[in-house]
Amino acid sequence: MTLSISRRSVALGLAATPLVGATARAELVVSLDRANFQPLPIAIPDLQGEGDLGARVAAVIANDLQRSGVFAPIDKRAFIDKAVSPDVMPQFDSWRAINAQALVTGRVQRDSARMHAEFRLWDVSSGEQATGQQYTTDANNWRRVAHLIADAIYSRITGAGGFFDSRVVYVDETGPKQARRKRLALMDQDGANVRYLTEGNELVVTPRFSPTSQEVTYMAFAPNGDASVRLLNIETGQREIVGNFPGMTFSPRFSPDGERVVMSLEQSGNANIYTMDLRSRATTRLTDTSAIDTSPSYSPDGTQIVFESDRGGAQQLYVMGANGGPAKRISFGQGHYSTPVWSPKGDYIAFTRQTANSFGIGVMKPDGSGERILTEGFHNEGPTWAPNGRYLMFFRDQGGAKIFMADVTGRVDVAVPTPSFGSDPAWSPLLA
Amino acid sequence: MFHLPVSARAMKFALAIAAALAASACAKNADDASQFGAGAGGPGSAQEFATSVGDRVFFETDSSELTSTAQATLSKQAAWLSRYANYSFTVEGHADERGTREYNFALGARRAQAAHDFLVSKGISASRMRTVSYGKERPVATCDDISCWSQNRRAVTVLSGAPSS
Repeated sequence: MTLSISRRSVALGLAATPLVGATARAELVVSLDRANFQPLPIAIPDLQGEGDLGARVAAVIANDLQRSGVFAPIDKRAFIDKAVSPDVMPQFDSWRAINAQALVTGRVQRDSARMHAEFRLWDVSSGEQATGQQYTTDANNWRRVAHLIADAIYSRITGAGGFFDSRVVYVDETGPKQARRKRLALMDQDGANVRYLTEGNELVVTPRFSPTSQEVTYMAFAPNGDASVRLLNIETGQREIVGNFPGMTFSPRFSPDGERVVMSLEQSGNANIYTMDLRSRATTRLTDTSAIDTSPSYSPDGTQIVFESDRGGAQQLYVMGANGGPAKRISFGQGHYSTPVWSPKGDYIAFTRQTANSFGIGVMKPDGSGERILTEGFHNEGPTWAPNGRYLMFFRDQGGAKIFMADVTGRVDVAVPTPSFGSDPAWSPLLA
Repeated sequence: MFHLPVSARAMKFALAIAAALAASACAKNADDASQFGAGAGGPGSAQEFATSVGDRVFFETDSSELTSTAQATLSKQAAWLSRYANYSFTVEGHADERGTREYNFALGARRAQAAHDFLVSKGISASRMRTVSYGKERPVATCDDISCWSQNRRAVTVLSGAPSS
């Protein structure tokens, strides 16, 4: 397996090359599509290198793989080999003895500005290398290196794209419920490296990443109650209001090419869907009904939009062309359906479903078939897709909102640690 | 039908304020018997509007229709706003926490618009009012059961322009 180097990853100061060795066609595979697969027992000894850096990198890799539900990292205290050199063939018998099926070896080194890392993934039963990679990056990027290694391991074993080298923008919530202070915050997908993007003097909700992952669109309230969709460049801090609309704009989302924002405009109590071209600033009206039309989300090819509407009496999901026109209802189960989000793979639409006082997060195919509820209770809301289309984050409010991650099969349901209450997660694309 | 459960503490607090305001109002205008009820701030004051007239109306779940109780309150608001015509004001629409963030912004906007339209129908100039929706972002009651939800599904008329007497 090779990791192609995109122009963006070069811009981020990351270089990756495959680590050549006795790579063979190993049979070390977990098929995610098979029901009831067993998580793969994997041994991740501390990487060799500077101080405790190798141990910290190994811990981040193990945490990523554990949370994915695909791997079962083995407790380090069970290891027979405590110090594993990346330069010699592992003693596979000592890993077979503790029932490891996969083994990770590697090294991390830092000089003043750069960090060099390498790893090999071994198939313990055959004694062959399954994959290997080396990376050179900024010395402060040690967590990113760990996520890249975890992605390489996850991809090699599952055949699916990685998702660990990514970030999440969300709403940090502090203070009493009737006067919550809400700030935009940015974190790594595992909850590390939290930084705040707004000061909390304005109420902010529903941030969404652009496909380039440098910009976020969100809704903010001015102190007088006027609410509008904004853009924020998370690198420069530059902000602007999207468009000059005569009413409240809300529920924004980027088009897959990043050139447009689709959103709702409310006028005289009536919400319709509009797009704005970010370059020409031209706005286009896509729906024209007396219903509440909101939560628009593009298909990954940009040709269709799924949204929610109460045009039929209660909130249901509809799909229309990217330029508007007739819309086809796709949700027909029990309850109200809202916040649809099209998967980056295109195969599913995630949503929030409300039945009485219960809120579930679910997925269905874009034609409305194959509906599956992944979690249910009071109160789950607002799914967002991982870059590989196999995991979702959402928030669950049981006396204070917290962020959780689930997978599309419903096997995984883990908390994403945040410093305080958190809601409205939005997952970035892969960083490289 | 008006069923607004108010917590004992909130009630006590409101009564305490009303009593304090009543004392000062009575001292200054002992014989100005306001049609809006004595004992809640001076005539034409924002306090009188909030406590004697009632600054808010409530909605059924997932509805923006004005109940008969809501219409009665808004009629009193219209009468008061006609008499004290120098006030401008904002109608804020709110929703309870059941429902998604996005939907509740739109629902709150419908509720604010319903109150707005009723006041216009009673002769209040649209140029004096604006509407905003806070969706479910600004609850006044924070338990997670029906007693709180019914207080949060509301449209609140917030006076802004000061009266020039």
